[in-house]
Amino acid sequence: MGNRLIELREIKKSYGNVFAVGGVNMHIDSGEVVGLLGDNGAGKSTLIKILAGAVKPTSGEILVRGAPVQGWSAGKSRASGIETVFQDRALAVQQTIVRNIFMGREITTSFGFLDVQKQRSEAERLMREIGFTSKVFSPDSIVGQLSGGERQGVAIARAIYNKADLIILDEPTTALSLTETEKVFRFVRNVRESGRSILFIGHNIHHVFDIADRFVVLDRGRVSLEITKAEVKSADRLIAFMEHIAHPTGPNPLDTFQAKSGAAR
Amino acid sequence: MTDTPEPSNRSIELSPLRRFILSNRASIGTLAVFVVMMGLFFIGNPRVFSDYRIYYSVLTTLPVAIFVVVPMVFLVTVGEIDLSFPSVMALSAWVFALGVKSGFDPFLSIAAGVAAGTLTGAVIGGIVVYGGLSSLVATLGLNFLIRGAIMIATGGISIAVVSLKNTVAYQIFSGTIAGFPVQMLWATLFVMVSIVLFNRHRFGARIHCVGDNPDSAEQMGIDSKKIRVYAFVFMGLGAALAGIFSTMINFTWWPTAGDSYLLPTLAAVFVGGTPTWGGIGTIFGGTIGAVIVSFIQVGIISAGLDGFYVQFFNGLIIILSLLGHRWNQVRYR
Repeated sequence: MGNRLIELREIKKSYGNVFAVGGVNMHIDSGEVVGLLGDNGAGKSTLIKILAGAVKPTSGEILVRGAPVQGWSAGKSRASGIETVFQDRALAVQQTIVRNIFMGREITTSFGFLDVQKQRSEAERLMREIGFTSKVFSPDSIVGQLSGGERQGVAIARAIYNKADLIILDEPTTALSLTETEKVFRFVRNVRESGRSILFIGHNIHHVFDIADRFVVLDRGRVSLEITKAEVKSADRLIAFMEHIAHPTGPNPLDTFQAKSGAAR
Repeated sequence: MTDTPEPSNRSIELSPLRRFILSNRASIGTLAVFVVMMGLFFIGNPRVFSDYRIYYSVLTTLPVAIFVVVPMVFLVTVGEIDLSFPSVMALSAWVFALGVKSGFDPFLSIAAGVAAGTLTGAVIGGIVVYGGLSSLVATLGLNFLIRGAIMIATGGISIAVVSLKNTVAYQIFSGTIAGFPVQMLWATLFVMVSIVLFNRHRFGARIHCVGDNPDSAEQMGIDSKKIRVYAFVFMGLGAALAGIFSTMINFTWWPTAGDSYLLPTLAAVFVGGTPTWGGIGTIFGGTIGAVIVSFIQVGIISAGLDGFYVQFFNGLIIILSLLGHRWNQVRYR
């Protein structure tokens, strides 16, 4: 694939004696959608928080476009072009879409007065870019009137406004209906088409399977599988493997890939 | 990529007029309450209510209420409340009255009073926000504290500022133009500037975001504590203006100045259509709320009912307005 955008080398995070993340090696290339899978407690959230700079890793190295970044932080994460859409969506639901997109970085004329026209046209452009348009809402609609999938659209539009190269979506389809999930997928595909990368975290393997080019499965703080969609062929095979790591009885259904992933347990 | 059928009530294909009505429904509702109330008063006593004098008397004192109601809308929208503004009114006006009495230029005295109020607002905001206190309880305490300090310092004695009467400052801020109280013009200007600040300025946008979802605002890099302190500073500024204007109108500073404004001000904010839960508010509605609250008292007496009815109707209007707004507004959180 394309260029290495972000690379994690031997990332570890321990809380006391407990390793939440115990030496993760993974990478994300430009323009690809990586699905991050794993059971509860596998270390997904910790890993995302490390990428977003909200949590400092105990050890390990983070490389952006091949160059190691010292003193990784939330500021450096953003400066490196990483935007995280957290699970709670972090939207102000009584405000308009425009106000949410420009929250904390309003477009202003002199003396801090809002450039209402420009904010509106920028919001329209961003929404069009990810296919987040409809006859029933406009940039002036109140976010509280939108459905769950549409709210994800607001969050994603806000993320790409920052010219992000990598957008981390933390369980964006959790608790969404099928049509709503389809909407989110449409946004994600459009984001990918614009050349940005996406790290898509999900519980629902079918959802992640549909959208991602490559999968990284975490188990107890380690990468237990890294595989492309072409290699794994079907969601069922991926599910079988996930079940295998949860209850390791019998042969590994993805035995042929185990050597490659270097799952050591 | 077909659009799924959507519930019709979400449609945005609205005429500009309907959109204006929908997005300003709270203030329009308040305005309707005002019109109905005035209509009833007029029917109750057409002679008094077709006389200009009753409006003149309300318009003379209304600006004082407006100067505190408007910043209170900012505070409630950001998710806070301030019960200490009555004593800040007295404190700022005290500084002003002392200045005038000591022979300083009235303009300079006004500036000193405004500075004192703004500074006190900053201190109150700092204590509440950085102390992590409930603003309801903390400002209640601070109200007693500041009032008590004023009482101790002055021994409860008032200050007369009759020397203001023929000054330029008085003509500019409290005179009359063609029989119209000039302070009403200043209050109108204050409301208009505040509406722009609230709706079309970065500060107002952040007030809304912090009041709506402080975690989200923080995540997007807004210093929510700073915004909340600024709202208290604005409240201090408004309280100072209210105290100074009230002192100028009466030519006297009382150590109890501002006390009677506490509950009517809060009533005006909520009657005006700003909900208690933060994130949304309306300056125009709050202003109309202040007008309503000011007229209730005069109206009931003039309509021929005795003074015992004032509180009853005050309460009735507040409860009916709240029910009206509750029915009129969609709550998203």
